[in-house]
Amino acid sequence: MNTAVNAIGSQAGAILNRNRFWDAILRSLTRACAIIVLLMLGGVIVALVEGSLPALKAYGPGFLTTQTWNPVTERFGAAAPIYGTLVTAFIAMLIGVPISIGIAVFITELCPRPLRRPISTAIELLAGIPSIIYGIWGLFVLAPLLQRTLQPALIGAFQDVPWLSELFAGPPYGIGILTAALILSIMVLPFITSITRDVFETVPSMLKESAYGLGCTTWEVVRHIVLPYTRAGVIGGVMLGLGRALGETMAVTFVIGNAHRISHSLLAPGTTISASIANEFTEAVGDLYTSSLIALGLILFVITFIVLAGARLLLLRMQRAEGRR
Amino acid sequence: MNVQSMSLYKRRYRRNQLAMLLANLATLLGLAALVWILATLFIKGFGGLHLNVFTQNTPPPGDDGGLLNAIFGSLVQTVVATLIGTPIGILAGTYMAEYGRNTKLATVVRFINDVLLSAPSIVVGLFVYEMMVQPMGHFSAWAGCAALAILVLPVVVRTTEDMLLLVPDSLREAASALGAPRWLVIRKVCYRAARAGLITGTLLAVARISGETAPLLFTSLNNQFWSTDMNAPMANLPVVIFQFATSPYEDWQRLAWVGALLITLAVLALNVVARSLSGAKTQDR
Repeated sequence: MNTAVNAIGSQAGAILNRNRFWDAILRSLTRACAIIVLLMLGGVIVALVEGSLPALKAYGPGFLTTQTWNPVTERFGAAAPIYGTLVTAFIAMLIGVPISIGIAVFITELCPRPLRRPISTAIELLAGIPSIIYGIWGLFVLAPLLQRTLQPALIGAFQDVPWLSELFAGPPYGIGILTAALILSIMVLPFITSITRDVFETVPSMLKESAYGLGCTTWEVVRHIVLPYTRAGVIGGVMLGLGRALGETMAVTFVIGNAHRISHSLLAPGTTISASIANEFTEAVGDLYTSSLIALGLILFVITFIVLAGARLLLLRMQRAEGRR
Repeated sequence: MNVQSMSLYKRRYRRNQLAMLLANLATLLGLAALVWILATLFIKGFGGLHLNVFTQNTPPPGDDGGLLNAIFGSLVQTVVATLIGTPIGILAGTYMAEYGRNTKLATVVRFINDVLLSAPSIVVGLFVYEMMVQPMGHFSAWAGCAALAILVLPVVVRTTEDMLLLVPDSLREAASALGAPRWLVIRKVCYRAARAGLITGTLLAVARISGETAPLLFTSLNNQFWSTDMNAPMANLPVVIFQFATSPYEDWQRLAWVGALLITLAVLALNVVARSLSGAKTQDR
């Protein structure tokens, strides 16, 4: 009798031990994988800093403000790509944000219910199209079209306006900063729209219905109820889109023209950080050239990291406010 | 109603009409962009789509040829990258949803992962170049796989965590009450309940990397010829499209459009399948 109980006890103990063993294994394995994600970010930063040291040592902080980019004399400066990156992303936001918010308003307020899902899905499919497709489409379809229509019209329309004529000067090349910005504005649509739509849907219908009950029009409800309520979320979504626009590579590489200079005209060819790297990295000879390109990558990573981290913090704050209610 | 309030009413009405018209226009614009891009792809790519594309390697300019080596290279690199990235991603997501749900580590990893999710992919290419290509001294398909695997990781981590958090805690508690240890609960209850979601995450990750060009430009480079050597540069569709589209040769450009059509169809199909899987799931509830 006594021995039987002991046998069962030791058997149960063995099973318990085995389970404890497997639990410990799975716990530490999953933990290790989570830490890999952290190491990845650390690795990226370390590798970029290490790779860009020669260039940063050679040029110092002047690297950020120098416009020259001359592989022959090995004089490199990041001003033109940084300018191109910021300007294309800024114009893309200028066009993309109102359209995205418009689509989100349409989906949440105006769209007949059965059409909601198909239209949301269609807009989100824009995010699924690979960026190289936007690039080839931009190069062969959009750029020639702009060269024939929009660009001559812009040049003509603003010819005599003092400040704007600078902005839209020069021959219509087709490719250039404006074309790249237009393509980027299409590419950020799905990202901003889906987040804006999601946060719009968190507005309690009680609030909206009260406003409607007071006689507000749909626009007034959106303007005075929905947008103030979801401000942090919308800004977060916009910054997420901005992060995408800043880092986008292939679509821009096709249509920007890869010219290392800052020109006042938006119709002129320019370059962005990512386009410079994509175009020149495999052809870069000499340590300084390669290192300068990696330094560009580091700058891009720092800019996008700040923007994306800001976006996530805003969205997190929005979620927490949501949870408190 | 007096005249003043009437005009105020009219003004508000008109403003509303205008705003709603603009919202409609915005949606039309978005849909038009999608249709325009897809239509262009079909018109330019469909004509060049014949058997040669799948049976012959990329040609020198002026010659007949197909995209066989590029399609093969893309498939191999995508599959290998998914095989490397997905298990790590699922395990990391498991930690964040199960073992370390409210720990500091999970919070930090979640934040970093979200940032990595939309970090520029070309930076990942630079990273892998520094870590693999430079020490090894040559471009290789392995480096391309590594770059793609790094891009797979955050997508899978994110969806795994989201999907596991959707599994109700009462299921976990019920299993624990029956005496199941934690690792069995995760394996037999949580993974099973979240299976459709996990598959969706993987498919979305595959869709994301199969069109990626930037990180491959200086990792796996490109190869004009048929190659199965993972230690050598390997052809892949996106880079071939880039090279052919920006070339001055018309037959190369035609092949670039065919490649673009193939990639887009594959990616959109993956997206639609992934969506219908997760859609069916949310409608069940």
